[in-house]
Amino acid sequence: MNIFDKTWAWFTADGAWTDSGGIFQRLLEHLGYSGLILFFAALIAIPIGLWVGHTGKGENIVVGVTGALRALPTLGLLTLFALWMGLGLTAPVIALVILAISPLLAGVYSGIAAVDPITVDAARAQGMTEWQILTRVELPLAAPLIFGGLRNATLQVIATVTIMAYINLGGLGRYLIDGLAVRDYPRMVAAVVLVAVLALVVDALLALIQRALTSPGTR
Amino acid sequence: MNWLQSNLQHVGELTALHLLQSIIPVIIGTIIAVPIARFAMGRRRDGRSTERTTSAGKLRRGLVINSAALLYTIPSLALFVLMPLVLGTSITSLLNVYVALTLYVIAMMVRSAVDAFDSVSPVTLEAATAMGYRTTRRFWAVELPLAVPVMIAGLRVALVSNISMVSVGAVIGIQSLGTLFTDGLRRDLPAEIITGIVATVLLALVLDRLLALLGSFLTRWRTA
Repeated sequence: MNIFDKTWAWFTADGAWTDSGGIFQRLLEHLGYSGLILFFAALIAIPIGLWVGHTGKGENIVVGVTGALRALPTLGLLTLFALWMGLGLTAPVIALVILAISPLLAGVYSGIAAVDPITVDAARAQGMTEWQILTRVELPLAAPLIFGGLRNATLQVIATVTIMAYINLGGLGRYLIDGLAVRDYPRMVAAVVLVAVLALVVDALLALIQRALTSPGTR
Repeated sequence: MNWLQSNLQHVGELTALHLLQSIIPVIIGTIIAVPIARFAMGRRRDGRSTERTTSAGKLRRGLVINSAALLYTIPSLALFVLMPLVLGTSITSLLNVYVALTLYVIAMMVRSAVDAFDSVSPVTLEAATAMGYRTTRRFWAVELPLAVPVMIAGLRVALVSNISMVSVGAVIGIQSLGTLFTDGLRRDLPAEIITGIVATVLLALVLDRLLALLGSFLTRWRTA
């Protein structure tokens, strides 16, 4: 049997999907971690990006911070926080939130900042308040770039959540780490396939949401 | 600080290993990505790239860019682990990291090289043609140099993310600054992990700065 047959056999084994520690459970864990991380990252990045993009204050800081955050090694943060906070969910979630902030913040900030100032001035001349300008003019026009940042962050998070298995958590990375320990290649190949398919499906869903939410004029 | 002082030589060796693993893929990946990107642009007769005018060009461009993006969905850890299967290397071989990260650099650089060639004004290319430049010479003397600024911007992103990804190899036992993370976790030594993080970030900052300098050196006409 070659590796593909063996991987296929792994996928189709009895209870491979539904057992405890089976594919469905690992998929749900992976999605749950990813969702939680993206939620907290969005909670931090979106308001800051909107504010900086709208007011133009602190642009240099945002550009500098997003660059510096990209240089931080996620594995390093993960292990450091795990030592400080113990082997719970908190440590890896914080480490990955830091990873996800950078692309999200860059997308929101650059999206808002790229809106033509003449359009913003026109809105202001119409008597819109700053809040109305932000929510009814800048946000719709910035939607493509904001979604670009969100999709970027999502891909990175789904791929990186795999290393959470290194500190004894679940998710699809479990198959990689456990498979590696016993040199079980079919299991590791299966993990790669599952993560890639998950990332593609989630990205396709986000693309659909993006189509539905962006105004036809900005497509 | 004490930990660093007594392990300075070890950290130095790991930094050198980390440097090798981050730079080699960037160089090889760029050399491969730029021709792919140029191919995706199609022929630029009269300065216009055909991709905007023909559906075949559009298809080729979409195919190249999307297949590059697809690579990006594979976690780096997974790619490191799979490489021995494809290459027949041992699992801790440096070659796994070189090939895996080269693939990532290609994925990133194809995209930004396409953007870079896009940023070259068609008018400039027409002017070069009018002055008697033939396609090959026009590419080396006009198109490629003018694409450098956007390409350097993409390279800086690729290099910095590469430096961060190299450390993941430590999980499967490939030596780099990431070794300080796995070892520090096992031995309960926060100082070791912090040393690793600081060294990685410093490495990224220094190399990023060097690339930026290389960029302005290659495009001296912009400041002259």
